[in-house]
Amino acid sequence: MKILVCVSNVPDTTTKVIFTENNTQFNTAGVQFIINPYDELSLTRGLELTEKLGGTVTVITVGLADTEASIRKALAIGATDAVRINATPTDAYFVAEQIAAFAKDQNFDLIFTGRESIDYNGGQVCGLLAEMLGLPSVNVITSIEIDGNTANVERDIDGGREKLTASLPLVVSAQKELTEPRIPNMRGIMAARTKPLTVVEPINAEATSASVGFELPASKGSVKLISVEDAGTLIGILHNEAKII
Amino acid sequence: MNILVFAEQIDGSFKKSTFEAVSYASQIAQAHNGNVTAVVPGNVADDRLAELALYGANKIVSVKHDNLNGFNAETYTKVICNTASAEGSSIVVISNTYSGKSLAPRVAARLKAGIASGVISMPNTNAGFVVRRNVFSGKAFADVNLTTAIKVLAITPNTFNTLENAQSVNIVNAESGLADADFTTKSVEINRVTGKIPLTEAEIVISGGRGLKGPENWHLVEDLANALGAATACSKPVSDMHWRPHSEHVGQTGITIKPNLYIAIGISGAIQHLAGVSSSKVIVAINKDPEAPFFKAADYGIVGDAFEIMPKIIEAAKAFKAN
Repeated sequence: MKILVCVSNVPDTTTKVIFTENNTQFNTAGVQFIINPYDELSLTRGLELTEKLGGTVTVITVGLADTEASIRKALAIGATDAVRINATPTDAYFVAEQIAAFAKDQNFDLIFTGRESIDYNGGQVCGLLAEMLGLPSVNVITSIEIDGNTANVERDIDGGREKLTASLPLVVSAQKELTEPRIPNMRGIMAARTKPLTVVEPINAEATSASVGFELPASKGSVKLISVEDAGTLIGILHNEAKII
Repeated sequence: MNILVFAEQIDGSFKKSTFEAVSYASQIAQAHNGNVTAVVPGNVADDRLAELALYGANKIVSVKHDNLNGFNAETYTKVICNTASAEGSSIVVISNTYSGKSLAPRVAARLKAGIASGVISMPNTNAGFVVRRNVFSGKAFADVNLTTAIKVLAITPNTFNTLENAQSVNIVNAESGLADADFTTKSVEINRVTGKIPLTEAEIVISGGRGLKGPENWHLVEDLANALGAATACSKPVSDMHWRPHSEHVGQTGITIKPNLYIAIGISGAIQHLAGVSSSKVIVAINKDPEAPFFKAADYGIVGDAFEIMPKIIEAAKAFKAN
């Protein structure tokens, strides 16, 4: 079984979001970058599947050299090898085109992405990549088992769950319950240093979107406090003053 | 200009998010002298299809096929893209539901269209084609300019109003052009929670955190939710400890919601949690720690013991509903 896991390098979840250059650039100064949490679940599930069925897990990212710490971490967690496409990931379409160009003649059985990256929240790479490669896709999966050439998958739907079967090769995106993330151990960290990390130059791809600027949400006015004794008046306040119920 | 809108049906009827998408498309059409085509994969009766005209669809393309009754990303993509080509659509509007999230990028790739997902504004065409979307899980907004001839907009549910703009009903049946071999994914079983309001659609959400001390105390959340017709949610530690299912976890690595009213009980308000709920119109925080960060993000706050406070609120809510 040959698995590809797409990894995005994102700011840590505790990051305070600040913009510079007249609100056109995300300020990365002092920001700790991590593997996108959903991609980490993908990686772990990929490893679990290959441990059971045999095979390899390749991680791929589109990014400049500063993303290599996250790639090495993915290798330390257990990925077989890694590919870095040497370009700034301008938008999801660009990223998907780059990964599709790499993956198209590699015969991967299963390609994982995360449900979304926790910075730009597009959730687009799974679908874009699948369509570009002409493969089926299932998004926000909470479970995947492989049975020969078929994947048995569960995914979130609005207000519930769906069980599906899909033929391989297949592109999926990981939702939270897929598995628990693995912490790299010392042996993994040592092994990661010598695992292959291939740097690939990007293909020419036209941009489909451009970021114009950012804005932070307006801060709330000060909180109105209600005493514990008068807690029951909250309902009346929400009805009469906030006019929300 | 033609605007194509994907009209998602579940068991032959449309949800509010579908009417929001049609209304959104209709507003673009009105601003740009365009017309709206709604495409409906799956078997839907004519009287249901006609509902789409009420919200501004000039033409309703019904693609009936037994295998299209349930959502299927690949084949729905083909149906939508075939319709977009036939109609000469320059904008495709899709509600960013779980199915929409699966579909919109596939449609974009097939049409070689720029895509914005999680859209929360009408397009601004003064300089290019700019839409606003949520980024950093609600910690910020980004304005994105789509530079392609065809654009795909995946709009956030519960963000735009449904607006009636009745058009004469014009239903056209179209062939799917699909063969059995096109269905490479097959639905085996669907389990929808019945009798409960889906979290992403709820107008009121009652949410509990570690301050409630254990799953056995969740009646405090549920009783208030039942009294107000609300959905229930929880913080990350609560779902991590399996007090509540993962599907209730709101926050940066859970679900992002934007209800009219969010009541947080015993949740401190870590930055990751606030990211998922800060777009709520009104926020109420109940916490015994007056320094809890949630009080800085809330409109109303009660500092005190939830076990003392909640029975009073539940009683008041029941009395309110009884009137």
